[in-house]
Formats: sequence, C-alpha cells, structure tokens
Amino acid sequence: MVSIDVRGACVNFPIFDAKTRSLKKALLGTVGRAGGKIGMDAKVPVIEALRDITLSLRHGDRVGLIGHNGAGKSTLLRLLSGIYEPTMGVSRIVGKVAPVFDLGVGMDPEISGYENIIIRGLFLGMTRKQMEARTEEIAEFSELGDYLSMPLRTYSTGMRVRLALGVVTSIDPEILLLDEGIGAVDAAFLEKARERLTALVERSGILVFASHSDEFLIELCSSGLWLDHGQIREQGDLREVLSHYKGKDPYENLSPEALSRVAEATR
Amino acid sequence: MQYTAAAPEITADRGLSSRSWSRAFGDLRAGWQQRRLWGHLGWQDIRQGYRRSVIGPLWITISLGVQALGMGLLYAALFGQPIAFFLPYLAVGLIIWQFMASCINEGAEVFIRNEGLIKHLPAPLSVHVFRLVWRQLLFFGHNVLVWVALVLIFRTHLGWGSLMAFPALAVIVLNGAWVAVLIGIIATRYRDIPPVTTSVVTLMFFMTPIVWNYQDLISKGGPGAERARLAELNPFLHFVEILRRPMIGQSFEPRHWVVTLAITVVGWAAALLILRNYRARVSYWV
Repeated sequence: MVSIDVRGACVNFPIFDAKTRSLKKALLGTVGRAGGKIGMDAKVPVIEALRDITLSLRHGDRVGLIGHNGAGKSTLLRLLSGIYEPTMGVSRIVGKVAPVFDLGVGMDPEISGYENIIIRGLFLGMTRKQMEARTEEIAEFSELGDYLSMPLRTYSTGMRVRLALGVVTSIDPEILLLDEGIGAVDAAFLEKARERLTALVERSGILVFASHSDEFLIELCSSGLWLDHGQIREQGDLREVLSHYKGKDPYENLSPEALSRVAEATR
Repeated sequence: MQYTAAAPEITADRGLSSRSWSRAFGDLRAGWQQRRLWGHLGWQDIRQGYRRSVIGPLWITISLGVQALGMGLLYAALFGQPIAFFLPYLAVGLIIWQFMASCINEGAEVFIRNEGLIKHLPAPLSVHVFRLVWRQLLFFGHNVLVWVALVLIFRTHLGWGSLMAFPALAVIVLNGAWVAVLIGIIATRYRDIPPVTTSVVTLMFFMTPIVWNYQDLISKGGPGAERARLAELNPFLHFVEILRRPMIGQSFEPRHWVVTLAITVVGWAAALLILRNYRARVSYWV
C-alpha cells in the first residue's frame, strides 16, 4: 500500500565554507580540546530548512504545496522522495517514487532523443522494455519526429522541455512529486501537456505538487499544505488554505475555462 | 527511497533510523537491483568520450598499447630485461594499475560529480559506485586486448594456473568498490581529499613494481635488493601480483592472496561502517 508518514521531521543543512570543510580545520579543532569530544558539525552553521513536519498521506491524496519562495517547498518534496532523510524525526515512504523536480536532470546532451527517453525512464524507475513501448507515444506527444534520432544538444530549450515532459508524463508512478517550473513551452503545447499531466495524476497513487499557479493547483489537487519558514502553517481543504494564504478566495480570479475544467475534474 | 518497483520490500524490514546496518546493506542491495541503470550509464560513459571519433573506444586500447610499447622498449633496455618477458609484464602491470588508480581517483569524486543526480533523484548511493567500477571494468576489458596481442606475439606460456586471473580480477573489483564507497563519502565531506588521493596514487605508481621488476632486483642482491624488499609492504604490489602472475604465466604465490583477501575484508568492514553512519548525510553534503 502506498503511504507517506512523516513525524516531527527536521531538515538541517550544514553550511560548510572552504574553511570548515577542510580536514585540517576539523583535525586541529578537535586536537586543541582535551577530553570531551566535540562534534565537528556543531561548529558549522546550520540552516533549518524544515522544522517539525508531521504529515500522513494515503492513496488518493492530492496535496498542493503553497508558500513563499524559500518556505521549504522543494526541500519538503525532497524529504518526501527520500533524497533527504530527516536530521531529526522520522519519515517512512512506501511506494515507487517519481520525483519531477528538474526536467533536465538525467538528460545527456550528447546522445539522441531516443536514448535519452530510455535513460530518463530508467532514472524514474522504469525498465528498458517499458520505456521502449512508450517511445512512440512520447515521440507523438513531443512532436519531435525525426529529431529524436539527433543528439539532444541540437534541440532548442523548448524542444528539450517537450521531450522531458513527454517522458515524465508517460510513467506510472505510485507517488508523484511535482515541483513547478513546468513552463517554458508554447501555449498550445501546454494545453496538450495539461491533459497528459491530469492523466498522469489520475494514474498515480499520491500526488504532492508545489506551485505558485492557483489554476494548476486547483485543477490537480484536493487538499492544501501551506509552508511558512520551514513549518506547516496550515493543512486542509485546498480552497480554504489557498484563501487564507492569499487573503481572498482563489476561485474569484479563475478564468471561465479553468472553472469549467475544475468542475469537470471534481465531478 | 523506493525508486524501483523491485525495491519496496526493503521498506518493510528497514529500521526507521537513518543509521542502521539494514539500511547500509539495503543501499547496496537496492543499488545492485538497479544494475540495468548503471550498466547502461557505464557504457554510456565510455561511448561518450569517443562519440564522434571514427574508431571510438578502440582508442582506449591503442593508447595503452602505445604507452606500454614506448615505456617497455625504454625500460627493458635500461634494466637489461628481455623484451619478450618485459613487454607483457609491463603492459599487464599498467592495465591493472589503471583500473586501481581510477577506482581511487574517481572514487574520491564519485558523489561530488553526481551532485545533480543525488539531489534530484532518490537512488541508492551504491548506484554511483557500481557505475564507476563497471565503467573501469569496461576500460579494463578494452585494455586487455593489448595483453592478448602480446601473448600471441611473444607466445607467453600460459597454463591452467592462468585461470587464477579470474578470481584475482574479482578480488580487485571488490576492492575498487569499497575504496570508492569509503573515499567517496569522506571526500564529499572533506573536499581536500581528492587532491590528496591523486598525488598519493601518482606516488604509489612509482613505488609499485610495474615499470621495474622487484624480484629481479632482489635476486641481484646489494643495497637495491633491500629497497626492493620494502616493496612487499606496499599493498598495491600484492594486488598487482595476484592478477599479473597468472596473466604472464608465473606461478601461484599464496602470500599475495592472503594479503589481498585480508585487505578486502578489512576494507569492506570500514566502508560498511562509514556507509552505515554517513549514507544519509551524503545528500546534505554534496
């Protein structure tokens, strides 16, 4: 069963500058003090990126992460993906995680689009065969055609994003973690991507989506989680949390098309 | 940390604490299950370097061949060694050394270099280590063609004992892996380590009997023999010897095996301890 359980989790980043990072400093530092052993890390400045995070997600949960820049949204996503294990507290993640934080990661400019599809898929936990079966569909979606046999370095930025988005939306994740930055493509293509994204979310067991776009959040998520200075400020119904965060009802500003899509999605 | 469909059972038995043996072993196990990924990436790394060249990875073989031939002709004359013995001796030594040196040098940067992947995709740390060792093994495979050519040219006598080369290679590969885990984690925390390892490895190349023949020096006697005997204290000598002896048709020498197997056990114990304690810190440190 897919689940995410986090209890009292903290994520503290040690900030090493060139001096504290060197072995010499660490050795001299400890040799100087007779007796008690002082943890090397204690002298390193620490950034508390997340504090006392407690949340529990089950199959079917669609959580929208909201908060200002630097509130800890990306860090929380990385905690939930298992990239960061909490420095205090516990996190327990059961299920196949597909983190989509950076569309470019795991892409190699020197190899062809086809090879990149396979590699990116392997990175996302798919097998080679599964990815081969999906290549055609990805090729069609990304509208890259014969370009797929060309090395990735010959692609424009927009083409790269299409390819990456095509791969990412073709997988079958149990836990889907999306960080925003799924932009940089033309409007017509984004419409197409929206469908694929919605379908992907429907396929996945748990979704956690960090975004500044109310429209995307309302469309993809049902509950909201407001992060402020690394702590959970509010957790609950998306519309309520968003209203408190923005100070007004987010549904007021939605375009009629968006509203009809939302109505359709929630029906 | 569940990253493949094959991995979820690890969650069931792993402790909640980041610092546990089960999670250290779980990392290695999950990394092994991802062998398609690192297997592919290892090949990719090799092809990458020679992507637009005509003969591609064959350059690996050629460059080692040229190096061995050039150095071989020079040093055979300097040390008064017969070419038919010395060329294969030197070539095999260089091939083994290249594998070991790369595991150490690149091992020191194995996590630092993969910062992007580590921060964006939840994969076991061992995936990066396995990719590195596998890539070096592929280099080894290319280089070994030089040895095949030399054996054919000089009709080096190989017997059944030469089959010991396979377990010997396995031991060397196992050691390459723990070295990369151990040095890789320490170097991620302390960035002074990579330059240190590079200079130590360069120094060790000259201290290890690869271009010189220590048994020959010992048999000649005199002060040179005493120095040559000191080479026995150099662990690299034993690793070179377990593989080089069978590959150039020399007899089995148990003491090299005792030393290397002992180092394998101690090294892995140390690497596992570091992996247990600092595995979860690497993504914070890179």
